[in-house]
Amino acid sequence: MCNKKTFPLGGLHLNKQKISALSPIQDAGIPPLVYIPVKQHIGTPAQIIVAPGDKVKIGTLLAKANGALSANIHASVAGEVKKIEEIQGEKGYFEQVITIQTSADEYEAEIDTSPDINSNIPQDVEEIRQKITAAGLVGMGGAGFPTPIKTTIPENKSVQYLIINGIECEPYLTADGALMLEKPEQIVIGAKLLNKVLGIQNAIIAIDENKPQAIAKITQVTKRYVGVNVAVCKSKYPQGGEKQLITAITGREVPAGKLPIDAGCVVQNVATTYAVYEAVMKNKPLYERIVTVSGDPSLTTAGNYLTRIGTPAEYLLDKAHTNKSQIGKLLFGGPMMGVSAVSLQAPITKKTGGLVVIDTASSLRQDETCCIRCGKCAEVCPMGLMPFAIASNLRRNNTAPLKALHVADCIECGACSYICPAKVPLVDYCKLGKYEVNKQK
Amino acid sequence: MLKISSSPHINSSVTTQSLMRDVLIALTPAMLVALMMFGINALRVILTSVAACVMFEYLITHYLLKAKNTTTDLSAVITGVLLGFNLPSSMPSWMIIVGAFVSIGIAKMAFGGLGKNIFNPALAGRVFLFISFPVQMTQWPKPDFLNFLNTDIVTSATTLGILKQIDVSSSASIKASQVSLTELPNYWQMLLGDTGGSLGEVSALALFIGLLYMLWRRVITWHIPFYYVATFFMLTAITWFNTDNVHFEPVTNLLSGGLLLGAFFMATDYVTSPMTRQGQIIFAVGCGILTYIIRFYSAYPEGVSFAILIMNAFVPLIDKFTPQRVYGRKRK
Repeated sequence: MCNKKTFPLGGLHLNKQKISALSPIQDAGIPPLVYIPVKQHIGTPAQIIVAPGDKVKIGTLLAKANGALSANIHASVAGEVKKIEEIQGEKGYFEQVITIQTSADEYEAEIDTSPDINSNIPQDVEEIRQKITAAGLVGMGGAGFPTPIKTTIPENKSVQYLIINGIECEPYLTADGALMLEKPEQIVIGAKLLNKVLGIQNAIIAIDENKPQAIAKITQVTKRYVGVNVAVCKSKYPQGGEKQLITAITGREVPAGKLPIDAGCVVQNVATTYAVYEAVMKNKPLYERIVTVSGDPSLTTAGNYLTRIGTPAEYLLDKAHTNKSQIGKLLFGGPMMGVSAVSLQAPITKKTGGLVVIDTASSLRQDETCCIRCGKCAEVCPMGLMPFAIASNLRRNNTAPLKALHVADCIECGACSYICPAKVPLVDYCKLGKYEVNKQK
Repeated sequence: MLKISSSPHINSSVTTQSLMRDVLIALTPAMLVALMMFGINALRVILTSVAACVMFEYLITHYLLKAKNTTTDLSAVITGVLLGFNLPSSMPSWMIIVGAFVSIGIAKMAFGGLGKNIFNPALAGRVFLFISFPVQMTQWPKPDFLNFLNTDIVTSATTLGILKQIDVSSSASIKASQVSLTELPNYWQMLLGDTGGSLGEVSALALFIGLLYMLWRRVITWHIPFYYVATFFMLTAITWFNTDNVHFEPVTNLLSGGLLLGAFFMATDYVTSPMTRQGQIIFAVGCGILTYIIRFYSAYPEGVSFAILIMNAFVPLIDKFTPQRVYGRKRK
């Protein structure tokens, strides 16, 4: 593969630590209680339609999408609704959850649980879109943007590229990689379904060069399916960022403050693409996903787990034989952009691609020293920003120049903070800068 | 209890201290050449300079600013080594200490310490000494290979000094220029360091090894050294072709004087060079042009220190006008 694609601006090389890259997907099993949040997407919380005492099956609709940016929420287990309560999610905010006491698996009638691959693509676009909507699909790469909206092209816009994001550029995380290894055909069919919905002929599955097995498997499958191709990308962080991936594959840039569709692109994560396949071909709502458990090898046994939505993190950590007493930080997501959870009880959501544990010593921030003006932060910024200038202005409470420094364009990838030799928390300043710019509006 | 913080949750192992340590390692070949060529006096000059720089920084942070001790970041050690590298081996110790005070006390700490200084501290110290003690600063002991304990000072001229003389005399008498020409060291002597000059500048080869190490360790990028040296080389080469004046012979000019030491180790100083790639290129080209002008059209045989210091003063302006191109936005 000589023609590896990448983005031209900034970026850096990280120690990938993909310990569980080739670990098979294991079933995490059924925890005694699941806590299913009613908001696992960017919009308004879904409207609850069950009450304590109700019996539910796997796939039973628990809460209905409420507004455009909302999504349906389904039961991930069979059992009895115990409570509608508020618990702390990974970010520490109290969130409304539906607590279900689990019993043995029992599925809603329409769900096809057979392992057979169904490649019989429906001809009716509306039928596909309706199934995607009903299944409560959201972007599973971390953003939680409802998939039906992404697949509905506004009237005055057109789409030329569908990019399936199989990059997974964060260290430790291997959930998408494991999915590509074990479900390559389903992902390719999912991509074809998305082609159909978007009315385009070709989907590009972008895979990081450090996943040779996944590249081989998917490439092999694409030979049997017209209209799905593989693009190999360089292993560079943040190659999996939506904007960076679009530029790598198409050479286009998403205009500042606009969406990928404004550059004629739609980007879907591989996990979402797989969920599209399951929703349309198997009538399966989004109630489970692959979650990587990884981190410091002395703390946990890295692996990839098929996990029910609403499973408490602690249950999954126990499955991976994690030494919980030594955990300094528990990350929902990767170490570059993940959220450090406040509680081991926080539930897995549709957006959770991994749990990463960090030992106590490495959890502390290093002492900050003076900026030595090395310019490395500007060198690695994939958006071409100047984090040092943003930080130094904020430090002097000088908020006027922030807008001109385009702090609002920051994607919070963490490259600047990572590289800073003086250990200045530059992303913190960028986040603060965004807040200040919003206030000025 | 779980610890929480905002992302990212991992950091590169590169710290200010580790970067400075790498620069010191990169300076080692040139230091070894200095010791081999100028013996124990080179050791005295470098040790005095380093000790004085570290001491002044410690005294100022501890007693005057009552702040955290910053000498562990090793930047004062680098300033000390570079100041020593810019002095002849016969420099009296007390003058070195005065230079170190100007470097650390005035050029660095008075501006707020590491990261805030406008001028390269080592160069500020060197230029202060050059102006205050012109006699001592232009006496160049002859290299005496591996005669470590030799303290007899036999002075010689620097390559650039000889060239300057030729330039001045050539218009009067061609003969005089031919006499001096034989005194010029050959390329090998300039590469290996068998020539008169400041401690750190004599061996081009040692400086190149240091540069390669810094590039390999990604301490610096190639832009400033390349554009600085290339600009200077092109200008001298063009003048040489047009005038046929041996003073402008480009390879000799490239290998001699403080050009390589300055371009590799002092123009690349993070603090006193621009932040963005575009700015760095403007800065380096400016250094090259100024070095050319001062070397050939001023009373001084050498212009690297002045060129870099003058360009240092322009850095805030360059930074202002060379922002990076932001993704998804057109350059204004």
